[in-house]
Amino acid sequence: MAFLSKQNKEALVEPLNRNNPIVAQVLGICSALAVTAQLKPAIVMGLSVTVITAMANVVISLLRNTIPNRIRIIVQLVVVAALVTIVSMVLKAFLYDVSVQLSVYVGLIITNCILMGRLEAFAMQQKVLPSLLDGIGNGLGYAWILVVVAFFRELLGNGTLLGYTVIPQGAYDLGYMNNGMMTMPAMALIIVGCVIWANCAFNNRKNKP
Amino acid sequence: MNFIKKTFDKARPAFSEGGRLKSLRSVFEGFESFLLVSNATSRSGASIHDAIDSKRIMSMVVIALMPAMLFGMYNIGYQHYMAAGLQGGLMEMFAYGLLALLPKIVVSYVVGLGIEFVVAQYKHEEIQEGYLVTGLIVPLILPINCPLWMMAVAIAFAVIFAKEIFGGTGMNIFNVALVARAFLFFSYSSKMTGDDVWVAKESIMGLGKDLPDTFTCATPLAEVGSGDVTTSLNDMIVGLIPGSVGETSVVAIALGAVLLLWTGIASWKTMLSVFVGGGITAALFHAAGTSPLEWYEHLALGGFCFGAVFMATDPVTSARTEGGKYIYGLLIGVIAVLVRVLNPGYPEGMMLAILFMNLFAPLIDYCFVQRNISHRMKRAKANNR
Repeated sequence: MAFLSKQNKEALVEPLNRNNPIVAQVLGICSALAVTAQLKPAIVMGLSVTVITAMANVVISLLRNTIPNRIRIIVQLVVVAALVTIVSMVLKAFLYDVSVQLSVYVGLIITNCILMGRLEAFAMQQKVLPSLLDGIGNGLGYAWILVVVAFFRELLGNGTLLGYTVIPQGAYDLGYMNNGMMTMPAMALIIVGCVIWANCAFNNRKNKP
Repeated sequence: MNFIKKTFDKARPAFSEGGRLKSLRSVFEGFESFLLVSNATSRSGASIHDAIDSKRIMSMVVIALMPAMLFGMYNIGYQHYMAAGLQGGLMEMFAYGLLALLPKIVVSYVVGLGIEFVVAQYKHEEIQEGYLVTGLIVPLILPINCPLWMMAVAIAFAVIFAKEIFGGTGMNIFNVALVARAFLFFSYSSKMTGDDVWVAKESIMGLGKDLPDTFTCATPLAEVGSGDVTTSLNDMIVGLIPGSVGETSVVAIALGAVLLLWTGIASWKTMLSVFVGGGITAALFHAAGTSPLEWYEHLALGGFCFGAVFMATDPVTSARTEGGKYIYGLLIGVIAVLVRVLNPGYPEGMMLAILFMNLFAPLIDYCFVQRNISHRMKRAKANNR
């Protein structure tokens, strides 16, 4: 099979937009609300999930013919748990402050619906290369929503981006204030809703003849 | 009347499809049906037209809000003059309050109606009149020092996210004005609660004088949280105390309540049960020694009366079954006092109580409807036997 045949390309590109895990399938919402108060943890979280989905997809795809059907969930969990532990250790070693901010949510990637969903629905039936691309696609699809939500939340909630102040002091002197509700998960849900709205509107417009 | 009708008839072609001003069609229709009774009749079947439609209802509620608004204006001036140590006549204080509140009312209507007009035009629908009341309530339930731009943001948020995405007037789950207030409360809490937002601090057009930034003045409910009550019952009822603009005076709100009940717009069942629920809970807490306030003081202070009269009875968001209204009102009163007494972070609980019960109103209705259905089933079976 060619590297970027039509199916492979679809596996990579569809989850970014039309079949996005958050926007279209509404999976993995908890972590999307929890880690998006600031941009940096959101980026790290997005990348971690991308790495883990890609690797787990590859491993499960390699093992797919040897896994007994009745214990497949346990096997999938073990693979994911091992990968999550590795990622968690890497984060603690190289990005300690971010891993403190993410706290339990790195560990909770194990229970992220996106992962189990992809392993069950895709990697158990497909060859290695499509599984890898599907994992990368879904991870990135999750990551870009996280980044968009975190961008608005950090900008409007703290007046900063990646920790750097972007809203000038002059605006605060004129009476501007940071929106405290943006730092709460309630507002994150509303922003996710707005992203879903924008995405649907965009796709519907493209579908029109 | 004939003159108005002729003017509208003359202008109609320009606003119809294909006319020069067709982008303002919804505005034209809005004003037409506001000034004249709608010309549209049902196409089939029998129908009875009542003289009262939602525009008349809304106008009536706005009239009922007038005493609270006028008193609120006077109280803004009174609090400012007292804080500044100035002597002023009644008219002078009223004029100060008018100048302080008027920009808020104008901004509220411009932003809210602006969004309604745009949405109506976009969806090719008539303008819905729900904002008439919301637009006046929002400035009345905010502290006077809340900045205009914050209010504008909150109103835009509330109208779009609490109303338009649910389908517009009559379809919203939550009271729009309270959503605006809740948004402000959680987003910009330093401008919504605390000790320095309740008294206007600036001189306006030569009236009053600038107060120092350090001036603070707590509401009676906040004082309860930190110590003892110093406000006399008389002041609580008349309303010359710091607080959100329209909520302080029990007398002015009572005038509005009388009008609403007399015209049958608000449900006496909801209104009464809010007071009963709040009164009983407050009396229990007082007896248990948890709250230093007597039950009638709880009812007179803060937004309790305003909420009970104008917000809990909102026909869209309250329970609609007759029995459900009792439960709905009772729980609002109970929760409002619970929040006040048990949560030290929130001196006032009326907003949260009403929003919370808005959420449960459909469930209450569902239970009552199911109960009625099963009652009638039983009766039907008994009769058939």
